[in-house]
Amino acid sequence: MKKMSKTTKSNMITYLMVVVLFIVVQVMVTTGNLSSLLQGLLVPLCAYVILAVSLNLTVGILGELSLGHAGFMCVGAFTSAFFSKCAVEAIPVAGVRYLIALLIGAAAAGICGILIGIPVLRLKGDYLAIVTLAFGEIIKNIVNILFIGRDSKGFHFSTKDSMSLGLEDGGQVIVNGPQGITGTPKDSTFVIGVVLILITLFIVLNLMHSRSGRAIMAIRDNRIAAESVGINITKYKLMAFSISAALAGVAGVIYAHNLATLTAQPKNFGYNMSIMILVFVVLGGIGNMRGSIIAAIILTLLPELLRSLSDYRMLIYAIVLIVMMLFNWSPKAIEWREKHLSRFRRKNNKTEEAA
Amino acid sequence: MSFISYLINGISLGSVYAIIALGYTMVYGIAKMLNFAHGDVIMIGAYVVMTAIASAGLPPLAAVLLAIIFCTVLGVVIESVAYRPLLNASSSLAVLITAIGVSYLLQNVALLIFGANTKSFASVVPVPALVLAGGSLTISGETIVTIISCIVIMIGLTLFIRRSKAGQAMLAVSEDKGAAQLMGINVNGTIALTFAIGSALAAVAGVLLCSAYPSLNPYTGAMPGIKAFVAAVFGGIGSIPGALIGGILLGVIEIFGKAYISSQMADAIVFGVLIVVLIVKPTGILGKNIQEKV
Repeated sequence: MKKMSKTTKSNMITYLMVVVLFIVVQVMVTTGNLSSLLQGLLVPLCAYVILAVSLNLTVGILGELSLGHAGFMCVGAFTSAFFSKCAVEAIPVAGVRYLIALLIGAAAAGICGILIGIPVLRLKGDYLAIVTLAFGEIIKNIVNILFIGRDSKGFHFSTKDSMSLGLEDGGQVIVNGPQGITGTPKDSTFVIGVVLILITLFIVLNLMHSRSGRAIMAIRDNRIAAESVGINITKYKLMAFSISAALAGVAGVIYAHNLATLTAQPKNFGYNMSIMILVFVVLGGIGNMRGSIIAAIILTLLPELLRSLSDYRMLIYAIVLIVMMLFNWSPKAIEWREKHLSRFRRKNNKTEEAA
Repeated sequence: MSFISYLINGISLGSVYAIIALGYTMVYGIAKMLNFAHGDVIMIGAYVVMTAIASAGLPPLAAVLLAIIFCTVLGVVIESVAYRPLLNASSSLAVLITAIGVSYLLQNVALLIFGANTKSFASVVPVPALVLAGGSLTISGETIVTIISCIVIMIGLTLFIRRSKAGQAMLAVSEDKGAAQLMGINVNGTIALTFAIGSALAAVAGVLLCSAYPSLNPYTGAMPGIKAFVAAVFGGIGSIPGALIGGILLGVIEIFGKAYISSQMADAIVFGVLIVVLIVKPTGILGKNIQEKV
């Protein structure tokens, strides 16, 4: 067998980690060792992992700070839920319907990413961050005033209320403004979620190590140098941004098809959510996909595992977050780690040298 | 007449945004970090005033002073514990996430102490409402006090930075940290002072905000904080007159958007205007355009 390159090996470890975690969870579910609360968290967890990986593409590989990732998730969630609800009778096979919903969600979010990316990617740093935040909030706001109904004459739109749709008798309100979409088929399962995580990882990891990925990273490291060797800045920036958006749309599809009622609230699609995803990415390591997965899993489960502490759990969560950041990033802490943990490191080096 | 009254309300709300935005802008100018916890300092300030009046029976002015002192100390403590160790970290995102952690921490401490219920905040402004134009135009006392405080703070801060030694040190640190240190400026002390001033302003903003919109819960500060951040970027982050212009424009746009277009879409309109401004002028209205050199 040909010796695997370092990146292939590292990628394989990442895939393997997801598969092993999946098997462990499945075993725990079948043996009844997982509380129903945690079981209910499995599908959203898949969505969060995909969100973290996709945001890491923007933050880690493209090197731009985006605070509007939840907006793309929102687009994916609502377009796919809208489709699924309309197509419940037309396409009775859940698998086919879900596949089309996935494609629609990803495409809608990706197109949104391109439309937003064209003006936004001209900006830099914190300005880009605030504009993406603004777009995320606008998307959430628009979804909240949108009313769409359907009757025998076709679709009706309104931005006022469900009465002004002017539906005939027997007409059906599909998107009901702030009340959102009710009765989306609950097609998302943990298995589908894990498969989608693997596909997402496959896309992102392969992109990273492709010609385009190297171009994107060159832009991140030095825009002017990249431009001077003939890399088309706009094209590659837009490419990374829209792929990231489309993957967030996929996460939205998973999220939407797990809920009986889908509403756009500050909690699930507002800037708070975008920030939470960013926390996953930064804590897991910027540019490190495996880290994003681990951080997303730990930080999603942490509040649930701390549930016995009831009121104090979010407080502890906040303190853990601050302490972890200080420990990971502060130059002094890094120095301390070098000093005290170097014994282990030296041992490792020796074994490597021996090998 | 309703137009003028909306305009005045907008300027009043904008003044609050401007005072909060000053804190963001000063901290950004000096430490190059987005202090996400700034909005929550506002909320803490308002809670301190409420508790001081309701439980300790302090007169309103003393309560406000207490809140200012409390928030100043809080700001300095946050800076020295959570932010200073990360000031020279290899990624600027690290300190941003820590700030988010501090924001969660403040919210949850308030949640534990005061509960999740929204409390009504009794206005601390003793000024009576002003009735103009034969009763068709009423300007509330809160509005008058808010606008006047904003003007006073602006003038005071500008004088402080232009005339005082500490203010000059702030300018120097924001210009070039290393060079400032070589000139004998205490960089860490200057950064701490900036946080102190920003947090004191946040306390003032908290009192003004809750006097005008009398409800208070642990998440009260979050949205005004984000809007003020938008205002700071709008005016050009790092620029003090920019924060004033950005804040007032944002407040006026928000109130007009609510009154004339759609109350649900007000936030979307505010953010939409921000996007248009930034696309036309990528560093904000008064932002300096720094040319990148190879």
